[in-house]
Amino acid sequence: MAAIPESPAGQPAENGAPAAGNGSPAAGNGAQGAENGAPAAGNGSARRPRWVRNHRATALIGALLAMLGFALAVQVRSNSQTDALAGAREADLVRILDDQNSRIERLQGQIDDLQAAKQRLSESGSNNAAARQEAQRQADALAVLTGAAPAHGPGIRISITDPQHALRAEELLDVVEELRGAGAEVIQFGPVRIGTSSAFTDSGSGISLDATLLQEPYEVLAIGDPNTLDTALNIQGGVVNTVHAAGGEVHIAEQSSLSITATRTIPTPKYATPTGK
Amino acid sequence: MIAAIALVIGVLLGILFRPTVPLWLEPYLPIAVVAALDAVFGGVRARLDGIFVAKVFVVSFVSNVLVAALIVFMGDKLGVGGQLSTAVVVVLGIRIFGNAAAIRRHLFRA
Repeated sequence: MAAIPESPAGQPAENGAPAAGNGSPAAGNGAQGAENGAPAAGNGSARRPRWVRNHRATALIGALLAMLGFALAVQVRSNSQTDALAGAREADLVRILDDQNSRIERLQGQIDDLQAAKQRLSESGSNNAAARQEAQRQADALAVLTGAAPAHGPGIRISITDPQHALRAEELLDVVEELRGAGAEVIQFGPVRIGTSSAFTDSGSGISLDATLLQEPYEVLAIGDPNTLDTALNIQGGVVNTVHAAGGEVHIAEQSSLSITATRTIPTPKYATPTGK
Repeated sequence: MIAAIALVIGVLLGILFRPTVPLWLEPYLPIAVVAALDAVFGGVRARLDGIFVAKVFVVSFVSNVLVAALIVFMGDKLGVGGQLSTAVVVVLGIRIFGNAAAIRRHLFRA
């Protein structure tokens, strides 16, 4: 290290103290000493034509500086290339490799953590989805059962005529009960959807169902197994017989698909709340 | 003036030809460039001081580059190349700063 300060840009020092630098009178430095106006003893003699020296020196300096510029540009370019590792030292490379390895470990740990979290979340997500599906299924079942939602499916269409108005509320209730007994899931009687609180009542002008006066002939729609429903109505001493006895007619049409659009509003329980679950 | 033009020409050539640095030269080129810059700054300062000597400049330029490269080379052989090249850059940087300060004083009288 000690070599450098003495040699190069130590120029000013060398030239600034001409007594030391030019003390040994080389031919060239004599002129320089005079030029610099520094008193150098006994250097005045040996002079070459200045333009020759200047020419050569200028050319040399120009060449050196051109080389410097060239190297500068090359180095800047090679340094700005993406592959900075190509010029790195072995020790640096080892250190970089170590850094990268520990970084990999750290990131791998993060990946594991995140994957575990993802696993947890997707599990709870699928649990939620299953719970939602089950709740939806129950809601659908309850909606059909309570009459809150329209329904469609195979069933029968019944038309009961009662020209003598001999049928009472009990006989019509028997129709509903017979259908229920045969497994009807949804029943519409006249314009009214049958629900858990449905009631037939005799009134002076006829029979009303849930405060709706029923018009004869009574149209009844029931969703269930058409065959079973048909059979249930036709059994000995059943609905058909009763209606015939009253002077009416029963027409039963089995349908592979019928839709029941009448709905009931679900009353909010006033006294009862569900217990447990 | 000629020197500055030569420098610009060198830069242009370097940009134009886009040579790749040979592998064996890669550790030395940056240090050599810094050393040469140090010599150039010293030369400019000497010029401003009125004591510029072409021979001294040429010798200092070449020896600067060679010594810097040699130090790095030896550092590499001894296994302290990185540290030693840092040291060279630091020393040269200090000298460049000193020379730049002298140049500044000449140019701006401050």
